[in-house]
Amino acid sequence: MNSTATGSKKAHRRRAFSRADRTTLSAFVGVPLFFHLLLVWVPAFLTIVLSFTYWSGISISRIKFAGLANYKNIFFDTPAFWEAIQNNIIWLAWFAGIATPLGILLAYQIDRQIRGHKFYETAYYLPVVLSLAVTGIIWNFLLRPDGFVNGLLGRDIDNAISFFGNYHINIYVILTIASWRHIGYIMLLYLAGLKSVDMALREAASLDGATEWQTFKKVIFPAMKPVNVIVIVITIIESLRAFDIVYIIYGSSAGFPILGTLVFQNIAGEGASMKGAAYAVILFVLSIGPIIAYLRTTFKSDVQ
Amino acid sequence: MSIDVELQAAAIKYKNKQKVKDRFISAFIGIFAIAWIFPIVWTVWTSLRPYKDVRAHGVFSMPKTLNLQNYADAISRMDLPLYFWNTFAITVPAVFLTLFFGSLIAFVVSRYSFRWNVSLLLLFTAGNLLPAQLVFIPVFKMYITLGKAVGIPRLLYDSPWGVVLIHVAFQMGFATFVLSSYMKTVPKEISESAMVDGATVFTHYTKVMLPLLRPALASLGVLMTTWIYNDFFWALVLMSTDSKRPITSALGRLQGEFVTDYNLLAAGAVIAALPTLIVFFVLRKQFVSGLTLGSTKG
Repeated sequence: MNSTATGSKKAHRRRAFSRADRTTLSAFVGVPLFFHLLLVWVPAFLTIVLSFTYWSGISISRIKFAGLANYKNIFFDTPAFWEAIQNNIIWLAWFAGIATPLGILLAYQIDRQIRGHKFYETAYYLPVVLSLAVTGIIWNFLLRPDGFVNGLLGRDIDNAISFFGNYHINIYVILTIASWRHIGYIMLLYLAGLKSVDMALREAASLDGATEWQTFKKVIFPAMKPVNVIVIVITIIESLRAFDIVYIIYGSSAGFPILGTLVFQNIAGEGASMKGAAYAVILFVLSIGPIIAYLRTTFKSDVQ
Repeated sequence: MSIDVELQAAAIKYKNKQKVKDRFISAFIGIFAIAWIFPIVWTVWTSLRPYKDVRAHGVFSMPKTLNLQNYADAISRMDLPLYFWNTFAITVPAVFLTLFFGSLIAFVVSRYSFRWNVSLLLLFTAGNLLPAQLVFIPVFKMYITLGKAVGIPRLLYDSPWGVVLIHVAFQMGFATFVLSSYMKTVPKEISESAMVDGATVFTHYTKVMLPLLRPALASLGVLMTTWIYNDFFWALVLMSTDSKRPITSALGRLQGEFVTDYNLLAAGAVIAALPTLIVFFVLRKQFVSGLTLGSTKG
């Protein structure tokens, strides 16, 4: 009885769409879906397949199965890969340990409307809207051999510090530039989240004599759980995918290997080898965890 | 009574302590804020000084002249109008199509209950998160193969349309996600009454849905414009003719070409950043709400 009821309800519902409506609905879903699948998911799948082949990229008939050879080559015969992994790990540690927490604390202080908070918000947010191409040029003005910083340190061109060329410091220089943008980004995300935290919670905590730090740690931070997850995921994904700023500074030279630029060097331009595809797949595999975490947080209420 | 007074005294003492602390925190954040905008200020400053002046007296010298000559030179010598036009020809169609496709899916998913709604949303959102490098090789081959097949080699490869399409394919995932979560905050009754009145799906979308989505579309549009404007990866790898590239991709080459004339380059960088700076100062609210709609739902 129950099942027939729902059955007829479904039938009714189906009948409710006229032929024209059904066509409209299919087109509404079908056209965007077609482009999305064709240009995102199909290529992603093909790249995974190609990563197990040898192919110079010219004619499809010359694709040869390679098994795990590309991966073996990367893991055992490409020292740059391990250097890149190391740099990505330092990048992640810096972002997770320094840049992201600073962005969060900044958001917290600005949200408390400390004196000058409007100006501060503007100042920290400004780099977020700039293109990384512009960011690269801007920082080059400061750090080039005859630039501002070397001038400030009293060094002329001949004994200038090479901020981008010196192996011991260049990663920290690049991370500073990357943080210049990342901190503002995290601050923005967190500020929006903080607006939704109940003011009464905070007041109650401060009446109870909790210090600012305690209030933040015990009241605000736990109340922000969904935003925290998003912020963590963004931090991880951005550290894995870092590419733009390094490319702007070093071009496609191997001056500073990270995963993002290694993939790029191996897929773009002449002599594309499927080793590039394998690099892309490694990058993808490393991002699966954060992607799933992101989806789970944002779709928790939908899936149930 | 005395306990009350004591408590009050403690509260005042606490408040005063907090005030001192706050002032300290504010000063600390303030110093960093100035350091934060310094690189931008320095670039603008550099762009206003003639190159000769700097070369003769050094970067720290007091300027003899400050003018906009570098800007005029940058516009003519770097072909900036051409690159701006290229950017325009990519960004406008890409943003428009992204919003259009995103709103179609968001509309169906949030207003009709099909079994595959959630899976569809997941597919689009996950697609948006895939690394661009993972899809590049096949997309590149597809563009070239399609061009050869129809006899127009530059149909998608090395053409603004190819870059537009890949932006649309990627970003529509984000647009769908943002717009559908926005739609959840709009009462369903409005749609239901439209359906009861016998509106077709098409009129339901154009007459009911689109007007409701307007604020979200505006925010998302601003955000998408900045993202697509700022991107240089796709234009770099899917275009081979430099004179077709958008301004952000062209900057890299210009940087190499004008490597000695820093002042000219500074002017070029400021001009390239101008549209995003305008967005920053004029449409800031839309930018932020677009960003946060997508990341901090609920």
